[in-house]
Amino acid sequence: MSSYLLKRVSSMALTLFGVSIIVFLMVHLIPGDPVTYILGDFATEDAVNKLEAQLGLDQPLLMQYFSYILGALQGDLGTSYITGYTVWEEILNRIPVTAQLALYSVILGTVFGVLLGVLAAVKQNTIFDRLAMMIALVGISAPGFWIALFLILIFSFQFGWFPISGYDGIYSLILPSVTLALGSAGNIARMTRSSMLEVIRQDYIRTAHAKGANMYRLIFKHSLQNAMIPVVTLIGLQFGYLLAGAVVTETVFALPGIGNLIIDSISTRDIPTVQGLILFIALTFIVVNLLVDVVYTMLDPRIKYE
Amino acid sequence: MTTPQIEHPKELLMIEEDPKSKPYFINVLIRLSKNKSALLGAAILLLFTIASVFAPLLATHPINEMNYGESLAGPSSSHFLGTDEFGRDLFSRILYGGRVSLLMGLVVVSIAGTVGVLLGVIAGYFRKIDIFIMQCVDVLLALPSLLLAIVIVAILGVGLTNAMIAVAIAVIPSFVRVVRGSVLSVRESEYVEAARALGVKNHKIIFKHILPNIASPIIILATLEFGSAILAAASLSFLGLGAQPPNPEWGALVYVGKSFLSQAWWMTVFPGLCIMLVVLGFNLLGDGLRDALDPRLKL
Repeated sequence: MSSYLLKRVSSMALTLFGVSIIVFLMVHLIPGDPVTYILGDFATEDAVNKLEAQLGLDQPLLMQYFSYILGALQGDLGTSYITGYTVWEEILNRIPVTAQLALYSVILGTVFGVLLGVLAAVKQNTIFDRLAMMIALVGISAPGFWIALFLILIFSFQFGWFPISGYDGIYSLILPSVTLALGSAGNIARMTRSSMLEVIRQDYIRTAHAKGANMYRLIFKHSLQNAMIPVVTLIGLQFGYLLAGAVVTETVFALPGIGNLIIDSISTRDIPTVQGLILFIALTFIVVNLLVDVVYTMLDPRIKYE
Repeated sequence: MTTPQIEHPKELLMIEEDPKSKPYFINVLIRLSKNKSALLGAAILLLFTIASVFAPLLATHPINEMNYGESLAGPSSSHFLGTDEFGRDLFSRILYGGRVSLLMGLVVVSIAGTVGVLLGVIAGYFRKIDIFIMQCVDVLLALPSLLLAIVIVAILGVGLTNAMIAVAIAVIPSFVRVVRGSVLSVRESEYVEAARALGVKNHKIIFKHILPNIASPIIILATLEFGSAILAAASLSFLGLGAQPPNPEWGALVYVGKSFLSQAWWMTVFPGLCIMLVVLGFNLLGDGLRDALDPRLKL
């Protein structure tokens, strides 16, 4: 296991190195000059040169990359051109909202998706199965921004139960979490159903059933635990979907999270913030996938990594 | 004594064709036609395709005709799906918007499919450059695809064409991964080894023996990605990065509609519903194709 982890971590480092190069190049290709954005169109040449030197923009691109990557390795992702805060401060300011949003969405999506999948598998080829799978497919197919607006229309405008936008504690995260959860619940439900169908055909389930095992115990203890292995992979993968979905959802609900910050930073050409945020998201995504692999061994002790 | 002439290799192998056996393609169509969900998906897509193609005939009003007297009017017999803030007929705009949205999906899947299949085949067949290509793919897969598309649009500039290119680039890694995996399993087959032993050139092996045998996963992925591409492109338009108003692309229509959500729900609900139905159609058809093309994968 430890040699496997070492191998994975080194491959992770290589991927992150690649991400850093691609993101650095891409962000520098975004048209527009940050200096002009900060100083305005009528700044003197002297002021422009001074700011360029201060931001390190007068250096060749390769030098800029090396100084960036050296800083990043020491935990310094640079300073925002716009707010003057370090990128870490920006991330730490925004992460609580996005982390809560992701957490609630994962919980809601998993609970709803697994229940829907189990119902479909247990009632295979019945109206419940078809209905559950149709709900799952609709959840996958509906655009997140549309679901968000639909929920606002019903629960904010019609009933006035939830705020339309802005962050004001957990209450204001209910609609955004439901929006994000619906998409991932659909995928989780489909995977749970197919995985459960495979497990409930196994001999040990038939034996337990023949011995008169309690139905509830048979489904949730014997079948679901073993059916969860591929589902856990999917939940890990859904995390990436949630991070991307958060960009759209946070925009619709005007939430001060990471997703909203990315859109703002791109529009203001705040290079260090865009770079730092994308690297942070890639790192989070890769680490979550590694953790998923580790969780496998807990769910199924037969899985051994070499 | 003369050697009997062999007309066809099947005579040599003494293979007798079952007169009842049908070509593979027909069998796939028969299996597909028995799948109710796939038929529903195909029917939805057919309906939207016909509506888009015949938009000029079906539209009840010119799409850019403004009528301030009827702005934000709800669905009625003269405006089936209501009007927007300029009094333009939403039904006609949605019909024309379907052309843009479906075309976006087609262009994205064509670009991503061509590049992805090419890179996937190269990675799977020529193992020396496999590591390099797959490392690049892993790097791209480490970034959520919508986020990648957003950054690419920021580089290329806002607009419909650039949004299509951005989504296509973001979708390429999925094709590379699937195609490479399929090539890896096929390249070790006996018929490919036999062709190699006979000295058949690599490009001939790829185009004649490998590609036809990995067509199923490519068709399935292309169908499913078609829907995802429409969804991603609509998301970009909704963020103001894709199609720009007054272009009636469905995502752009929802983007405009959100400002009038409390006064005119139809401006948001109907274009979004169309996106959902088309993506649902592709997902249903994609699932059906997967079951029909590879029954082993049946869920």
